[in-house]
Amino acid sequence: MREIRFHGRGGQGAVTAAELLAVAAFYDGKYSQAFPFFGVERRGAPVTAFARIDDKFIRIRSQIYEPDYIIVQDASLLDAVNVSEGLKQNGEIIINTEKTAAEIRPKLKLKKEAKVYTVNATKVALDVLGVPIVNTAMLGALACATKEVTLDSIKKAIEKRFPEKLAVKNIKAVEEAYRQMKE
Amino acid sequence: MRSSQSLGMSDTRTLASAKRMLRKDVMTCNKAVAESVKLCDVDVIAAYPITPQTSIVEYLAEFVAKKEIDAEYIKVESEHSALSALVGASPAGARTFTATSSQGLILMSEVMFTASGMRLPIVMANANRALSAPLNIWNDQQDSLAVRDSGWIQFYAENNQEALDYVIQCYKISENKKVMLPSMVNLDGFYLTHTLEPTEIPDKKDVKKFLPPYEPEYRLDPESPLTFGFFAGPDSYQEFRYEQQKAMENAERVIKEAAKDYYGFTGRKYSAIEEYKLDKKDTVLLTVGSVSGTVKEVVDKLEKKYSVGVAKLRMFRPFPFEEIRRIASRAKIIGVIEKDVIIGVNQGAVATEIKNALYGSKSIPVLSFIVGLGGRDTPPSTVEKIIKICENALEKPEKESYWMDLK
Repeated sequence: MREIRFHGRGGQGAVTAAELLAVAAFYDGKYSQAFPFFGVERRGAPVTAFARIDDKFIRIRSQIYEPDYIIVQDASLLDAVNVSEGLKQNGEIIINTEKTAAEIRPKLKLKKEAKVYTVNATKVALDVLGVPIVNTAMLGALACATKEVTLDSIKKAIEKRFPEKLAVKNIKAVEEAYRQMKE
Repeated sequence: MRSSQSLGMSDTRTLASAKRMLRKDVMTCNKAVAESVKLCDVDVIAAYPITPQTSIVEYLAEFVAKKEIDAEYIKVESEHSALSALVGASPAGARTFTATSSQGLILMSEVMFTASGMRLPIVMANANRALSAPLNIWNDQQDSLAVRDSGWIQFYAENNQEALDYVIQCYKISENKKVMLPSMVNLDGFYLTHTLEPTEIPDKKDVKKFLPPYEPEYRLDPESPLTFGFFAGPDSYQEFRYEQQKAMENAERVIKEAAKDYYGFTGRKYSAIEEYKLDKKDTVLLTVGSVSGTVKEVVDKLEKKYSVGVAKLRMFRPFPFEEIRRIASRAKIIGVIEKDVIIGVNQGAVATEIKNALYGSKSIPVLSFIVGLGGRDTPPSTVEKIIKICENALEKPEKESYWMDLK
């Protein structure tokens, strides 16, 4: 089983990102589960969402305490929340920032085997969507870095979730973040 | 082969036919409940939104607006009115549905006793949530257990699939002439209501065959006037109450029959209690609702170290006394894990009922573990602690009641 934790701020679509990931993993032929950290939603407040992916039906219902992957949609959270808490020894953390992984790593309490990836998802979102909503771009980065989900299934999940015009733009954001991550 | 795993099906014929008929998708439990209502050809829906039930109401309103359900959607100003509207619609012969949670359920409670006393087969989904005060929107099961004596059949879902399946079976059970009692399907707030997971939607044709249109024996009809729930004095009231009790007893058999028919076209088996790795185990962890999955995971992990299995209680009303006695007869201790407490008793309502079931039969310790009140998470580590407490109590229990993870 793979466990993924999303950190964002209210309005950035962290919960939607977790849900899209679960739908995409399902399209890949896997079992999945997605749920929000059960809070009262407020714009700008730290938000956490969770997803699990497995080859069999997922029974566990508790929150994720030792994730394999962590997505940080807003680098300002690094000063507010211990985002890397519980990350598995060889886990991976993907952060939306203009900084490089080497620059950002000292800000995180990580074991040396853990990997850090960075992507400027805000720029991707502003360029493609015109708004700083980075959740879909971060999914593109996740797909590239972790290979836990295919790009095609993420696109399919987005097509199902959003009206056509919005879906087309978000798919572009996914592709662009994927491309940048690959470089 | 994915469906065969989740369905736990043994023979290929059932698998093949089930595969043909089922549609699978990823959805929240609230969506699954709304989809199940769509399958049941409901005539009247009246509900008032409340977290974490809200999206059930939103989906149903949308289905009715888009004419995907041919039903009357009655907008109301409170939960009391929601159920009152159905108490009017149901005796007229309508198949009815409502959904609520927590404070809404408690506000409804006056009408719940009425609906059961009038023997109306209303079906409700309740998103389990803590009660005020202090105000809390998160999950526990205090709300539905507080109305345990209202004369409603109560099911508790472990996952989205079960919630969907129970709603469909509830109509079949409630509308049976030997039962004629309302039913409630309980789904843990957020843990299920807001969780997306793969869920299978049965084919409408199969559900129609399983659940024919509602044909009440008696109905409100201006051509041949009748009155429902009017007045009963000391000469007859007690008999009405006795009939309710008999109907609840009949429900046990009817629930079994419905489960058998339901298995026929879905391949999914339902029983009052799901036994998981229970054979020749010292400790039985008795669970209710969504926490069951986490408990099963921990039992898998620790099965070499401890002699422990899981009995998942699927229904609280009617209460499966026989099954509890049978399970207890093979065990040495029962640990009841539940998300409620009876203030003044210092135990959960399920634990006290288990003790009630065991009175006069084999005496084994029954420990009440109170977890997850107001949405506090129940991680595997808490379940491990419970298993250890039960193990240590095999010799001599220190106490009957444990508030887990108390700060």
